[in-house]
Amino acid sequence: MDNNKTTYNRRSFLKASVLSGGGMLLTVSWLSSFKSADKVEALNLPEQWASLNGYIHITPDNKVKLICPNPEFGQNVMTSLPMMLAEELDVDWKNVTVEMGPHDHAKLGAQFTGGSNSVRMYWKPLREAGAAARQMLREAAAQTWNVPVSEVMTKAGVLSHSSGKSAKYGDMASKAATVPVPKDLKLKAPKDFTIVRKPTKNVEAHKIVSGQPLFGLDYHVDGMLIAMIQHPPAFGMKLKSFDAVQTLKMPGVKDVFSLKLYEDGFEQGGFDTRTFNELLVVVGNTTWEVMNARKKLVANWEPAGDVKDTMAGRGGKREVIVPGGLESTTSQLEKMQEYAKKPAQQLRKDGDPETAFRNAAQVIERTYNAPFLAHNCMEPMNFFAHVTEEKALLAGPLQAPGWTEPTLVKLLGLPADKIEIQMTRMGGGFGRRAYGHYLSEAALISRKVKAPVKLMYTREDDMTYGIYRPMYTATYRAALDSDKNLIAFHVKGGGIPEHAIHANRFPAGAVDNYLAEGWQIASNITIGAFRAPRSNFNAAAEQSFLDEVAEAAGKDPIEFRLELLKKAKENPVGKNNEYDADRYAGVLQLVRKKSNWGKPGNEKYSRGVAAYFCHNSYAAHVVDIVTRDGEPYVEQVFSAMDCGIVVNPDAATNMVQGAVVDGIGNAFYGALTHRDGAAQQTNFSNYRMIRINEAPKRIEVHFVQNDLDPTGLGEPPFPPVFGAVANALYKNKGRRFYNQPFQPDFKNNLRDS
Amino acid sequence: MTTLSLKINGKTKKVDVDPSTPLLWVLRDHLDMRGTKFGCGVAACGACTVHLDGNAVRSCQLPVSAVGRSSVTTIEGLSEKGDHPVQKAWIEHDVAQCGYCQSGQIMSAAALLIARPNPSDADIETHMSGNICRCGTYMRIREAVRSAAKK
Repeated sequence: MDNNKTTYNRRSFLKASVLSGGGMLLTVSWLSSFKSADKVEALNLPEQWASLNGYIHITPDNKVKLICPNPEFGQNVMTSLPMMLAEELDVDWKNVTVEMGPHDHAKLGAQFTGGSNSVRMYWKPLREAGAAARQMLREAAAQTWNVPVSEVMTKAGVLSHSSGKSAKYGDMASKAATVPVPKDLKLKAPKDFTIVRKPTKNVEAHKIVSGQPLFGLDYHVDGMLIAMIQHPPAFGMKLKSFDAVQTLKMPGVKDVFSLKLYEDGFEQGGFDTRTFNELLVVVGNTTWEVMNARKKLVANWEPAGDVKDTMAGRGGKREVIVPGGLESTTSQLEKMQEYAKKPAQQLRKDGDPETAFRNAAQVIERTYNAPFLAHNCMEPMNFFAHVTEEKALLAGPLQAPGWTEPTLVKLLGLPADKIEIQMTRMGGGFGRRAYGHYLSEAALISRKVKAPVKLMYTREDDMTYGIYRPMYTATYRAALDSDKNLIAFHVKGGGIPEHAIHANRFPAGAVDNYLAEGWQIASNITIGAFRAPRSNFNAAAEQSFLDEVAEAAGKDPIEFRLELLKKAKENPVGKNNEYDADRYAGVLQLVRKKSNWGKPGNEKYSRGVAAYFCHNSYAAHVVDIVTRDGEPYVEQVFSAMDCGIVVNPDAATNMVQGAVVDGIGNAFYGALTHRDGAAQQTNFSNYRMIRINEAPKRIEVHFVQNDLDPTGLGEPPFPPVFGAVANALYKNKGRRFYNQPFQPDFKNNLRDS
Repeated sequence: MTTLSLKINGKTKKVDVDPSTPLLWVLRDHLDMRGTKFGCGVAACGACTVHLDGNAVRSCQLPVSAVGRSSVTTIEGLSEKGDHPVQKAWIEHDVAQCGYCQSGQIMSAAALLIARPNPSDADIETHMSGNICRCGTYMRIREAVRSAAKK
């Protein structure tokens, strides 16, 4: 497998400088390229990743401050990334403090949180940064003591020599900053790790539990105004006119105006998605005053009609028509059924699937559907902006400041070095905060009112705005011969406005005759990356389908998958198979063992299994359902993961458990539906979220032990949860579940257990 | 505008606000206490949970005029150094992911332990089910509440 390797083409330069007041600041800068098979596929990532930097500050009083380059949204990078630095620097973790870095594209590189890439992309550079600093400290000590550098040892922030000499890092830091930066660095072997692989508490934990104002919504400066946007009541509508007379009479109101976000012809990047371009804005002194004043707006809306957007792209700009009209879920479903019958784009073909299906002893065909989902980050979208003629300061929750900055440059007409974006802790992200429209909106509002402004979305604004997980469907067909062997596999997937098919993933490569096709229907309902984009539907549908095929073949579902994976390894079909069959099989074997699959003792449970590979890691779950108060309840889950080296085991376990809960919640309840263009779910009172009494009693997480370079965990455990839940529901209810969310269908009992 | 005198975290605070303003926004916008979070505005998520005379209430739906002489406790006042048994248990069990809902979770848990120092698992589920954690840290929340109850 070579298509998911990370390669750093390093043309490196390192800089060290003496901190004012003594000490050492090591700036390590690499120009690196980051290549991966799923680069553009996953989140439309730029092909060329920018230069990457690490910051290490050591002061004479032996304090070590490490800078986290990537935004934090709960994946715990503020702990895991500095752990990698500290490992090679060889310091006592107790003496380390961590700070979120500034947004500095030139010095700190991509600074992008998404695609489960933070740990993966920083693994090598941050350890090299730590190793370089340690080497320079040893050099400084060798010069001071007049001994060969090879004889200078380090341990937990202390330099020593066999003669008895010793010094703390802080004592040598100023001198070390003058030492030439080493060219060759030897990194620790995994067996020598003392910080990496050790369960380490969240460095922000105390701040979180004591309610410190860490989040964007907590950001405050004196004289700051509050802004809210009234967006149209439905997708496909736009502002026609408004009357602000009553609003302006309300206490605390400063201004009411409409504002255009992008001028005609504005070239949108992949993450400039916005649902509404004409903004109706209310600005005032306090949140409650603005909320009340906004209710007094008299706004007239009209159909937006077809809208022409200009998209920037590598092949030059192109025009895209966003269709007008007020869509409803029922008509969307009908339209999808109609499109599913039409010819689609062929994404991959192996062998001769047509003939194989024609000659099959048995053909199984099933269709799966899933609705739009809202991200529902607990902290609604918001951003602070203070824009003047000369410069702009922005602060708030954002996954990819480096992608929004160029947009601000264009919108504000300011050079990038006059735009400062501060990355606050995010109250969740899940992909939603990769889309910086709310930051651009805040910036334009601040410029208009000539004051520092906090733009905030209410929950209703946030949930009804769009940028949802797309609405998906897929029809799967499997052909079995008379010996019940799987001889052909066909998937035809569609979606509004895009399909979910990953044509080169399992079971591609394991079936002689294979066909993958895709189609899509344009829509004015905007979509965005949602925790494991596309995979989150694929794993649900495909893993549920494979369960049914295994049953038809008379095989245990794990054994059935393992046989296919054996074939994919020993005799792979076709090219570009994205997964490593051994690692895929590895998580299935591990979850089989840990869950006592197929062994006595689990009779009380309806068990379902599923596995998936995405975002460079492998995941398998066994979900155990019981009937509680007449409804299926996931009581326990066993999870097996292969993400290579587990940097921080406790946090990794937390992440997997959270993904399992999120998966159960969305599989059972998640749905954003529309009627005449309007979102029918507007708040947590009618968008059902999983709660503590619905969460499993136990989620046991196991990791495959190996020394492979680490990959991410934010996304990979999430998608197969849906499939495992569906398969366990089948055992519980005696019938298959094809349409998400599942819970509304529980009452339609055929054979209740 | 009305001038109100509020007892918050053991201190008396005077605010000059529209009496219909929810306590949440008085705390956040007028008193610079932003540990209490806004999540939904309709008392459906629990992010804004504070104590009113030791009981958990959703401050987004409580008009400040209704507070009267009751004592308000917020996350900032739960303990002086962030070392209330519930806060310590939250750190011990490494509960938080994004952390945004956790002030509300902690305030709900602390109120539960005032009312029932030894809660059953069913008590924990019932009492904590008004607090959404989008990151799904519920198992750890349960463990942390159980462990705080033993302290």
